[in-house]
Amino acid sequence: MHQLTIAEIIRGLRDKQFSSVEITSHLLERIQQLDSQFNSFITVTGDQAIRAAAAADARLAQGDAPALCGVPIAHKDIFTTNGVRTSCGSKMLDNFIPPYDATVVDNFQQAGAVSLGKTNMDEFAMGSSNESSYYGPVKNPWDPERIPGGSSGGSAAAVAAQLVPGTTATDTGGSIRQPAAMTGTTGLKPTYGRVSRWGMIAFASSLDQGGPIARTAEDAALMLSVMAGPDKKDSTCLDRPAEDFTARLNDSIQGLKIGVPSEYFGEGLDSEVGARVQEALKEYEKLGAELVEINLPHSKLAVPAYYVIAPAEASANLSRFDGVRYGYRCENPADLRDLYMRSRGEGFGEEVKRRILVGSYALSAGYYDAYYNKAQQVRRLIKQDFVDAFQSVDVIMGPTAPNPAFKLGEKNADPVAMYLEDIYTIATNLAGLPGMSIPCGFAHGLPVGLQLIGNYLDEARMLNVAHQFQQASDWHQQTAPAAE
Amino acid sequence: MAVDAQTVEKLAELARIAISEETIDEVSSRLGDVLQLVDQLQAVNTDGVEPMAHPLDEVQVLRKDEVTEPNRRDEFLALAPQTEAGLYLVPKVID
Amino acid sequence: MEWEVVIGLEVHVQLATQSKIFSGASTAFGAEPNTQACAIDLAMPGTLPVPNEEAFRYAVMFGLAMNAEIGKRSVFERKNYFYPDLPKGYQTTQLEQPIVGAGQIEIHLEDGSSKTVRLHHAHLEEDAGKSLHEDFHGMSGIDLNRAGTPLIEIVSEPDMRSAAEAVAYLKKIHSIVTYLGISDGDMSQGSLRCDANVSVRLKGEEKLGTRAEIKNLNSFRFIEKAIKVEAQRQIDLIEDGGKVVQETRLYDADKNETRSMRSKEVANDYRYFPCPDLLPVVLTDDYVEQIRGELPELPDAKCARFEKEYGLSAYDADQLTQERATADYFEQVAAKSGEPKLAANWVMGELAALLNREEKSIAQSPVSAENLAGLIARIKDNTISSKIAKQVFEAMANGDGDADTVIEAKGLKQVSDTGAIEKMVDDVIAASASQVENYRNADPDKRPKMMGFFVGQIMKASKGQANPQMINKILKEKLDSLL
Repeated sequence: MHQLTIAEIIRGLRDKQFSSVEITSHLLERIQQLDSQFNSFITVTGDQAIRAAAAADARLAQGDAPALCGVPIAHKDIFTTNGVRTSCGSKMLDNFIPPYDATVVDNFQQAGAVSLGKTNMDEFAMGSSNESSYYGPVKNPWDPERIPGGSSGGSAAAVAAQLVPGTTATDTGGSIRQPAAMTGTTGLKPTYGRVSRWGMIAFASSLDQGGPIARTAEDAALMLSVMAGPDKKDSTCLDRPAEDFTARLNDSIQGLKIGVPSEYFGEGLDSEVGARVQEALKEYEKLGAELVEINLPHSKLAVPAYYVIAPAEASANLSRFDGVRYGYRCENPADLRDLYMRSRGEGFGEEVKRRILVGSYALSAGYYDAYYNKAQQVRRLIKQDFVDAFQSVDVIMGPTAPNPAFKLGEKNADPVAMYLEDIYTIATNLAGLPGMSIPCGFAHGLPVGLQLIGNYLDEARMLNVAHQFQQASDWHQQTAPAAE
Repeated sequence: MAVDAQTVEKLAELARIAISEETIDEVSSRLGDVLQLVDQLQAVNTDGVEPMAHPLDEVQVLRKDEVTEPNRRDEFLALAPQTEAGLYLVPKVID
Repeated sequence: MEWEVVIGLEVHVQLATQSKIFSGASTAFGAEPNTQACAIDLAMPGTLPVPNEEAFRYAVMFGLAMNAEIGKRSVFERKNYFYPDLPKGYQTTQLEQPIVGAGQIEIHLEDGSSKTVRLHHAHLEEDAGKSLHEDFHGMSGIDLNRAGTPLIEIVSEPDMRSAAEAVAYLKKIHSIVTYLGISDGDMSQGSLRCDANVSVRLKGEEKLGTRAEIKNLNSFRFIEKAIKVEAQRQIDLIEDGGKVVQETRLYDADKNETRSMRSKEVANDYRYFPCPDLLPVVLTDDYVEQIRGELPELPDAKCARFEKEYGLSAYDADQLTQERATADYFEQVAAKSGEPKLAANWVMGELAALLNREEKSIAQSPVSAENLAGLIARIKDNTISSKIAKQVFEAMANGDGDADTVIEAKGLKQVSDTGAIEKMVDDVIAASASQVENYRNADPDKRPKMMGFFVGQIMKASKGQANPQMINKILKEKLDSLL
């Protein structure tokens, strides 16, 4: 049962091949047996899940079941869940039990899904390896001595280990796509504003987006259909009606123009990874697509711009964590200043502190123009590159990450080396474009991800393009050895 | 470009994050690494380019003026480390 | 050395919206602590702001009343600093692109002169919560009910040159916001707060002196005193060879002096940047014009109209139009009595004194506009004299009914019957033989004054009810006939 996709589960439940309680219990057992190897869950809500599954079964029996009724999922621990601890991977929120649900969580509840718990993540979503979590690193089911990618490492690993068929995740610089690539799963970051950020603990507000990680493009489409939609509580959420993202999955991709940026195949790219991606592109040609070489001339500036903008926004977003109204408070503060300094000094991990300091610097008097303002100008140039490219192509493709999963601890010495993990994904967040990663082979025995970048609001087509690849290949169906 | 210890201390103060003496140098050097990365931005000419604060050029939708939030004080106070008489307590604030 | 004081004011006005600027929590005054602080106001993780349309409407109304540019595209920024009454660790405010740009208003001073004071800009922002310093065993208590209440911060150019000008400007702002109905302008409740930037320079000097910012000014009186005392402090300091330090000072009303606030540790670097959770607010021309069309008559226009329509002096018109409620009351009285000048005198005189004594607002006036108009009508038609009218007014204020009822009950009708007055005059002349003799023997130009004695006697005899004009006429006739 744990090998079923969401689409298959929906059919199975409908055809009464099994019940929601059965599959939910099965997965909960798997989590209990296997997750100590991966550490992909921070909180497992077993009792709640069984209750929800039972309720789902009742609705299924009555025949008034909503779209994902009875389907088990899990939420990245960045989405607030009413009555259930939401830690954001941090000691700062280890004791935080929100009395409200994120819109994404509420949407899944309305859709009848059954949440198994909250998945592990890099602290406050800052990281590309899920090594910074207060709850310990997540291990890649393909090789538990390696990282699963980050910041949504727990969400990706849980799906790769077949502990749950789909999870919610967030992506600010690549945090859905890069872990999806590292774990051989399918991850999607929508157009900025597609998915409400209400209840999605903010890292970098103008870059953050919630999205699904699952085993197939079809599943991602099913999940996105639930996640996306207008929400008046989020000023940055687009006022576009809910969409069925599965509607165009089976469209033909004959004549599809695929842009291949020369900048994404240069220095820094592992040759095996590059080879897998080229092979995938050839597959697309076989499916009737046309490859077009394009240029995204400002690509090299994406990482520098991001590492000004994201920390700057984060430095303000994280100021609310002060030990006053919720969250961690230091013992016996001597005075107000001490309360702040030690609550934050003790509550935050090293990477978070580092980024807050960088962000404060970029915004500080005398530096705003050279850093923050400059980065926002560069951001517009990067967006323009894509707008220009999309004049002549329908979708852009390249590698998701420059290398497959690396070993735990390998990149901790040098934060910049870690930052370069996101070299191909970051630009899409800066531009606000939708992006996906789908498995396209192995390099040195580890999964490789193919990145797709779609035009604004063109998720349906992007999913279609991904789906067609998955109809003609079976990389996405490979099972991690540790998941057997 | 390097960041000296004094700057780190000033930033730590602005951000209200305690940084221990022992780690200041390390933090200093790491910050320097990151700033070296971002200094690459200076290489490009951005004259006349409008800074982009939002990826899409949307404008704000305003909300109707009505009271929609009920009183949930007890639920919220329950989350706090220290409260009394309906107030959040902090070490005495001196103006 | 002749010194000049230069003053700029920053006024914070709480807008009277139902809900907060970025959340749907109530802004009602006086609620139990933290019962009006929702998840957004508490800066709970994952919460997001959504701006209140009414706050923008009010800001535009204000901008139009100030003859200012309206920022059709305005942006919110984050002003970053730590304080327990600021839950997010930043205040959402406006900086580069505020909702209201440059503007100006006219202020009228007591000596009848007027002056233009320019507005630098006005912007929307959120209010912070409150710290209660009563001891909770060495701790402070934080109430976040006020956090998120919409404020408009009004920043003037440093155009004022005296404490009186500053007060006149502030009163003008107060009257505009209350006229527009966008704020109750209650300084005692904190709906209107003023900080004054004060500096001095030698007369004729173009460069501005170093300024000090004075906070904690919560009444017109305090503002006037504080500015005077601060200006003098600076002058004395410089004359003694010292230098004014740019700093924030608090006004101590008891000692009538300003003192330096405990120096704020590291000078705050607010690291302003556009708030990424909010999009630019774009207002259409139609929206602004519609608001312009719905504006009530503003103080300046009303003041000008009062001068013209009612023939009032500029100063009187200004006094009557400072509060909309007063202006409305006055107009009712003027209309019903047909005597605007009398109406003006009574409203600014007896009525104002009564309201002051009883600490009531005009809305709570014990004497209704109708009743005051009725009283004035009786003065006009000579039923009573002005002097007697004061008695009637007091009785009306006591709840004894309208003017006619009181006049009847107390038998205060003025005696205007010629025959009766003639008799009174004759009686007094008969009883005052020596004074009559003095009058006959006096210098002709001294005589008018001497008439006062007789008038007084007649008034006494008639218990003040004899018509004074008639007395004068008949008395003069009779006295002259004795010459």
